[in-house]
Amino acid sequence: MSEVVLDMESVVKRFGENEVLKGVSLQLHRHEVVCLIGASGSGKSTLLRCANLLETIEEGRITLFGQELTDPRIDPDLVRRHIGMVFQSYNLFPHLDVLENVVLGPVRALKRDRTEVEGEALALLDRIGLKERAHDYPERLSGGQQQRVAIVRSLAMRPALLLLDEVTSALDPTLVGEVLDLLVDLAHQGTTMLIATHEMNFARDVAHQVVYLDAGVLVEQGTPEEIFTNPRHHSTRNFLQRVR
Amino acid sequence: MTIGADVDASNETPNFFAPRHRRLFVGRRGLVASTISSALIISAIALVLFASPGGATFRYIFFSGHNLWLAWVGDPRLGLSALRDGIVTNIWMFLLSEVLVLVFGLGLAWCRISQSPVLFPFRVLATAYTDVMRGVPLILTMLLVGFGLPELKLPVISTQSAAVYGVISLTMCYSAYVAEVIRAGIYSVPNGQRLAARSLGLTQTSTMRRVILPQAIRNVIPPLLNDFISLQKDTAIVSVLGAIEVVRAAQIFSATTFNESGLTLAAIFFIVLTIPMTRFTDRLISKDRAKRLAHE
Repeated sequence: MSEVVLDMESVVKRFGENEVLKGVSLQLHRHEVVCLIGASGSGKSTLLRCANLLETIEEGRITLFGQELTDPRIDPDLVRRHIGMVFQSYNLFPHLDVLENVVLGPVRALKRDRTEVEGEALALLDRIGLKERAHDYPERLSGGQQQRVAIVRSLAMRPALLLLDEVTSALDPTLVGEVLDLLVDLAHQGTTMLIATHEMNFARDVAHQVVYLDAGVLVEQGTPEEIFTNPRHHSTRNFLQRVR
Repeated sequence: MTIGADVDASNETPNFFAPRHRRLFVGRRGLVASTISSALIISAIALVLFASPGGATFRYIFFSGHNLWLAWVGDPRLGLSALRDGIVTNIWMFLLSEVLVLVFGLGLAWCRISQSPVLFPFRVLATAYTDVMRGVPLILTMLLVGFGLPELKLPVISTQSAAVYGVISLTMCYSAYVAEVIRAGIYSVPNGQRLAARSLGLTQTSTMRRVILPQAIRNVIPPLLNDFISLQKDTAIVSVLGAIEVVRAAQIFSATTFNESGLTLAAIFFIVLTIPMTRFTDRLISKDRAKRLAHE
């Protein structure tokens, strides 16, 4: 197996009394796609947020490229520059046009040259067929287009790892396909991704590993084959029956 | 028992036509109704001005053409300052104050929302400051600053003109209000915007400057404008410090000529100044909206 990118060990996260992650351990290798499945509130989103330090953890260890993120000397901004994150509600910046949305990170966080970044951004937008919309504001785009721009916005940072938090859940069913197609493309190109999703068929097709979370506990992990056709655990079977 | 709307209970077709008396103001009848009501209101005002027993005197005291002209140009021999010069003082006072208010208001808002431990004392001070400044009537702030600072006998600070003390007081008072407006604007930006910016690796300061503030300011332009209109009018209060701005000039005019047309003229000045401001902001808002919704 190739190099370990992200290594989470017995991660515990609490919001007050409420323990959202109860000692979750997970490894992600380079070029690997891992899908997190589980009911709403099972801790999928929290796990993703812990991985890029949007949340601080109470116990356990998170290591990214061999460096412990829980070390107080770590600068979260530097960590996040190497981790892309895409949200359920797109969160594009409404006061900036599509191109400005995509170049903001590289120009302001990485201090890269604007013209150079704009060239790359336009090439990325071209790949998702939205080059013509570069100077439109996000409000003008459909949900699917907005979410694809949001993905491109993360890619423009050239992240080593992409975190995707139920990126199709807010979409009209007719628009889910175009976003999933883009993710399939990214997976084929070897993008390392940790994906929280409710799209079981998608998970089955692209994931190398599927992880089932229930109430903050990692119940079962395995290949899509193992999880979907032969789940060992009772609660996994139960969950899969309900989502089908 | 069945669940659901009337399955087959109704055998009457519903009637959607409004009753006759509700149709009175629809279409051309609406136009007629508005013309009649406008005519009535205007006649009532004209009646009070022209037919009341003191009407003629009233019109002479407040609206005499000769006195309006005299107030406008002034007369050095009578010791009358021109209102057209006075209003210039008001204009530079509020322009200067508005810029300063934006700067200080933003600073105060920033202090109040920051979570940095370094800024802790500033956070407490900023909170206390907004409480105090919103609690003290502007006229009192003005008197305390205008008569207090000169007593300090400090270089520069104690030797300014009444108008400058006016600007300082206006800035002190309005920064507190504007800080609260901006703070509300910052909180009105959805948290997802901050998360998205931070996960791109933008620092807290960049996130504020590039993502949160541009949206926050857009959201609060109408209330901000409201405060600025108030501020423009409150430059009149600087008259208590003796600065010869438009209201003070009008008061001198009244005392000398026993005619109040100067006050009328001053009122007209303030109206003429605020209306373009309102229209300008309306245009700004609709242009911004159009830009974001424009095709291609």
